[in-house]
Amino acid sequence: MKFQAIQGEGWLLTKAEQLINWGRSRSPWPFPYGTACCGIELMCALASSYDMARFGAERVAFTPRQCDVLIEAGTITKKMVPVLKRIYDQMAEPKWVIAVGACACTGGVFRTYSTHQGIGSIIPVDVYVPGCPPRPEGILYALLKLIDKIEADHPLYKQRPKIVEALEAGNEP
Amino acid sequence: MNLKERVKDILGDDLLVMAEFRGDLCIEVPSKRLTQVLARLKEEGGFDFLSDIIGIDNIDLYVKKAKKGKKEADEKEDVVDIGPPPPRFEVIYLLLSLSTNERLQVKVSVPEDNLELPSITSIWRAANWPEREVYDMFGIRFKGHPNLRRLLMWDEFQDHPLRKDYPLEGKGEERHLDYDVA
Repeated sequence: MKFQAIQGEGWLLTKAEQLINWGRSRSPWPFPYGTACCGIELMCALASSYDMARFGAERVAFTPRQCDVLIEAGTITKKMVPVLKRIYDQMAEPKWVIAVGACACTGGVFRTYSTHQGIGSIIPVDVYVPGCPPRPEGILYALLKLIDKIEADHPLYKQRPKIVEALEAGNEP
Repeated sequence: MNLKERVKDILGDDLLVMAEFRGDLCIEVPSKRLTQVLARLKEEGGFDFLSDIIGIDNIDLYVKKAKKGKKEADEKEDVVDIGPPPPRFEVIYLLLSLSTNERLQVKVSVPEDNLELPSITSIWRAANWPEREVYDMFGIRFKGHPNLRRLLMWDEFQDHPLRKDYPLEGKGEERHLDYDVA
């Protein structure tokens, strides 16, 4: 966050968007959706050796209501598709998705009747991690990439049309 | 008395074929007598544990055999008899005796025009899910099963994917996304 200190103490000057992005990017709480061997790598990335909490993914949320990043690690069968979609829809905005591993990205080696060929066709994915399974470093790198993406976001600018509309109508935005 | 003799002794006329392969004993029994045979094997043979129930689709075997027979016939310029097609499906019950650590494979044939077997959930309750799996994958119905629904595929799925005439990549079935978001 770029900021400017004014008059020695007590005051910081920054942009609201940067402040929001700073808050969001420093606490991307993950929802661990491990369905196959990538889930094991995700556990490893979360555990003490790799310690994903260093990058703000501190608290693993086991409820979609209290998470920011859906980390989908593993194969999604066609039977599982409505479950994944439902969990994504239950998450509160803002929300991001990381697809971990070949199966989550494209279906991987399982080009069969039972496997969904990539979760990108069900929910919007922000970061794809290739690998079968990817190493924990790969998952950490994906999280860092996601943090970069969050920091480059313009959360207020996106809502500008709504705010302008509200101001013109004489309401509080 | 070894396992072979014991099984022969217990089953008598119900034993159609007995074969051994690398120490594994496999017997074939008539499907009409399946419940009685398995009950006797459990009570008298000591096979108190049902490991699994497996389905097999033999259609590829016969197609291969027919091709081979045709090639042979072409070479000899004569008719080669490859025999009648075998019953399309087979179901194998894998039994284990926990006290003697002996295993037995019990096989029954299921012809394509009568895809029905008696359920053995009354003998081993562990047969519940394996029978559902065989029904799901091969479409063989188990008469008397308490809850014969699909086990692996979703309920609206129409086909039986482990049949050899089902394409590996499926027929484009997708699950509907109807649900409440709340």
